[in-house]
Amino acid sequence: MSPLVQVLLTIITASTPLLIAAIGELVTERSGVLNLGVEGMMVMGAVAGFGAAYETGSPLIGILASIAAGMAMSAIFALMTLKFVSNQVATGLALTLLGLGLSGLIGEPFVGQPGLKLARMSLPSMNNIPFVGQYIGPILFGQDVLVYLSIALTVTVSYVLFRTRTGLIIRAVGDSHNSAHALGVSVIGVRTVCVLFGGACSGLAGGYLSLAYTPQWIENMTAGRGWIALALVVFSSWQPYRLIIGAYLFGAVGVLGYVAQAVGFGIPSQFLSSLPYIVTVLALVIISKRTLSSRGQSPACLGQAFVPDR
Amino acid sequence: MVSLNKLLATVLTAGLAVAGLSGIASAAEKLKVGFVYTGPVGDGGYTYQHELGRRALQSAMGDQVETSFVENVPEGPDAERAIERLARDGNKLIFTTSFGFMDPTLKVAKKYPGVKFEHATGYKRADNVSTYSARFYEGRYVIGQIAGKMTKSNTIGYIVSFPIPEVVSGINAFMLGAQSVNPNIKVKIVWVNSWYDPGKEADAAKVLISQGADIITQHTDSTAPLQVAQEKGVLGFGQSSDMVKFAPKAQITAITDNWGPYYIERTKAVLAGTWKSTDTWDGMAQNMVVLPPIANVPDDVKKMAEDTMAKIKAGTLKPFGGMITKQDGSMVHDLDDGAIAGMNWYVKGIDDKLPN
Repeated sequence: MSPLVQVLLTIITASTPLLIAAIGELVTERSGVLNLGVEGMMVMGAVAGFGAAYETGSPLIGILASIAAGMAMSAIFALMTLKFVSNQVATGLALTLLGLGLSGLIGEPFVGQPGLKLARMSLPSMNNIPFVGQYIGPILFGQDVLVYLSIALTVTVSYVLFRTRTGLIIRAVGDSHNSAHALGVSVIGVRTVCVLFGGACSGLAGGYLSLAYTPQWIENMTAGRGWIALALVVFSSWQPYRLIIGAYLFGAVGVLGYVAQAVGFGIPSQFLSSLPYIVTVLALVIISKRTLSSRGQSPACLGQAFVPDR
Repeated sequence: MVSLNKLLATVLTAGLAVAGLSGIASAAEKLKVGFVYTGPVGDGGYTYQHELGRRALQSAMGDQVETSFVENVPEGPDAERAIERLARDGNKLIFTTSFGFMDPTLKVAKKYPGVKFEHATGYKRADNVSTYSARFYEGRYVIGQIAGKMTKSNTIGYIVSFPIPEVVSGINAFMLGAQSVNPNIKVKIVWVNSWYDPGKEADAAKVLISQGADIITQHTDSTAPLQVAQEKGVLGFGQSSDMVKFAPKAQITAITDNWGPYYIERTKAVLAGTWKSTDTWDGMAQNMVVLPPIANVPDDVKKMAEDTMAKIKAGTLKPFGGMITKQDGSMVHDLDDGAIAGMNWYVKGIDDKLPN
C-alpha cells in the first residue's frame, strides 16, 4: 500500500467517530434540545461496547451494547430535561461527568485486556485490478462497516430532515415549539425520540473507538472527542452534509500534522496540534459571515425548555 | 531502704505499663500511607504502575500499614487540597506521584511538619520532603540498541508527549544506543502533545509506519501504538507497563517502572524512625527500571541486549558516558545527574527540532 493510501485510511478512521457522534447531536439539536453530554454518552458506549464484545466474543453484540448504553444515558437526559424541565446545559454537563465516572467504575475489570477488533471488509477480487486494487480499492472497499454506516447515516438524516414530513415536524419542533404544539404535534414526544437517536449515535461513536479505532478500554479514552463533535454541529450550521466536510477536515488536519512532523518540515508541533482547532474556528468564521445575512442558522428554540400550557 | 526499693519498683512498673500501653497502641494503630495519582488507576500505564507499587506495599506489610489513594488529581491548585486531605486524615507518609505535584507537595509539607512526603520525578526537597525517580533512560539505551539491530529500513518511529527533560533524555539515550550498533539509523519523531490519547497515538503510529518506520517506540502511555504495530506487522516497545498482552507479536520488550521495592523501603524507614529527606534516582541496578523478557528478535540480538543490561547494572556502561556530540556539533562528555535531569538538547543525528 502506498504511503498516500495509508495516510488517507488513517484520516478516515480518525474522522468517523466524530461524524457519527455529530450526526446524532445534529438531529437532537434540530429538535431544539442542546445535549452537552455527548462526551459522557460516548465514553459509556465505549465501555459497554468493549465489555459486551469481551464477554461474548462478538464485536456485533459489542456494537449493539454501545448503542444501548448511549441510549440509556440519553434517556436519563430526556427524563430530566423534557419531563422535569431541568436546565439543559447543566444536565448535559452532569451527564458527561456521570458518564466519565461511571464508565471508569464499570470498566475496571477490562483495563489491560486486549479487545476484539471489528473486521474490515475485504473484496479480494478488487485487489487484482491494476490501480484500483492499489489505490481506490483499499479506500472505497476496505473499511470497517461503521465507516460506510456513518456516511449512510448522514445521507439518511439529510433526506429525512429535509425531504420528509417527519423531518418537517422535527424542524418545526426545533424552530417553534409553541406553533408545533398548537398544531397538535407532541413536542415532548418528538424531542424524546430525537434525544434517544442522539444518544444511540454517541454510543455507537464510542463503540467505534473501543472496537475499531483502538480496540481496548482505558478510562477516559474518548479524550474530548465528544466536545469536538458538539463543535462540529455548530460548524456545520446544522446541515448534515457539511458535517462530513467538518469531520474529515478536522481528522485530516490532525493526521497531516503528524505527517508533517514525520517528514520533517520543521513546523513546531504545538502549532500542528492546535491546527485542527484553528482551521475549525476559521471555517466557522467564514461560514457564519456568509450565512449571517440570509437567516439565523441555529434552530430557534435550541436549548429552550418547553412546558405545554394547555 | 525499703522506701527506695518501693520507689524503684513503682517507677519500673509504671515504666513497664507505659511501654506496654504504647506497644498495644502501635500494634492497633497502623501507619497510614497515602498516594496521590494524576491519572486513573485504570490507565494501564504510568498511574497503574504506581498503584501496583502501592498494592505491593500493602501485601508486603499488610498488618503494619493502611494504604489509601486519591486518583485523577489534576496537576495544579486542586492537588494541594487532595494532598492536604490525606495529611489531615492521619496519613504519616504521603507519596505524590507526578511532576506537577511538586509545589503543592511542598506547600502542604510546610503545614504538616510531622508528616513525611515523597514526591516523584521532582527536584525540590525539604526536611520532610524527599524526591524519587527512575533512570528510564537506561532502558531507552537498551531498546535503542535493539532497534538499531532490528530495523531494515533504518527508520524508527518515535511517538512522544511533551518536551520535558525526562522525554528528551529518553530520545537521546535511544539514539545513542541505536547509533552504537547502526551509524545510519534515522529516528522520526512525532509529538502528539498528550500523555494519553489512544486515538492520537494510533494515528501517529500509522503515519510513521506509512513514512517507512519499521519499528515504533513511544513515550506516551497507551497501548494503541503497539496494537497498530502488530496490525501492520512491525515491531515496537511497551511503555511504563508490560503491554505484551496487547501485541504479543510486536512487543520486543517494554520499559516498566517498578516502584514497589522503593515504597516498601521508605515505609519501613518511617516505621523504624530512620526516614530522612533524600533524593533517590535508581535505575536498572536497583530494579526500579525493569525490562520484561525480550521476545520477537533473533537470539544474537537478545544476547546483545542482555549483555548491555548487565553492563549498565554493573555500572561499566553509562548511556551518557564518554564523548557525546550534540545536534549543533558541540561536544560534551560524561554527563552528571544534573545535566541528564535537565536535558534540553538533542544528540547529533536526530533531525527533529526540539519544541521549546
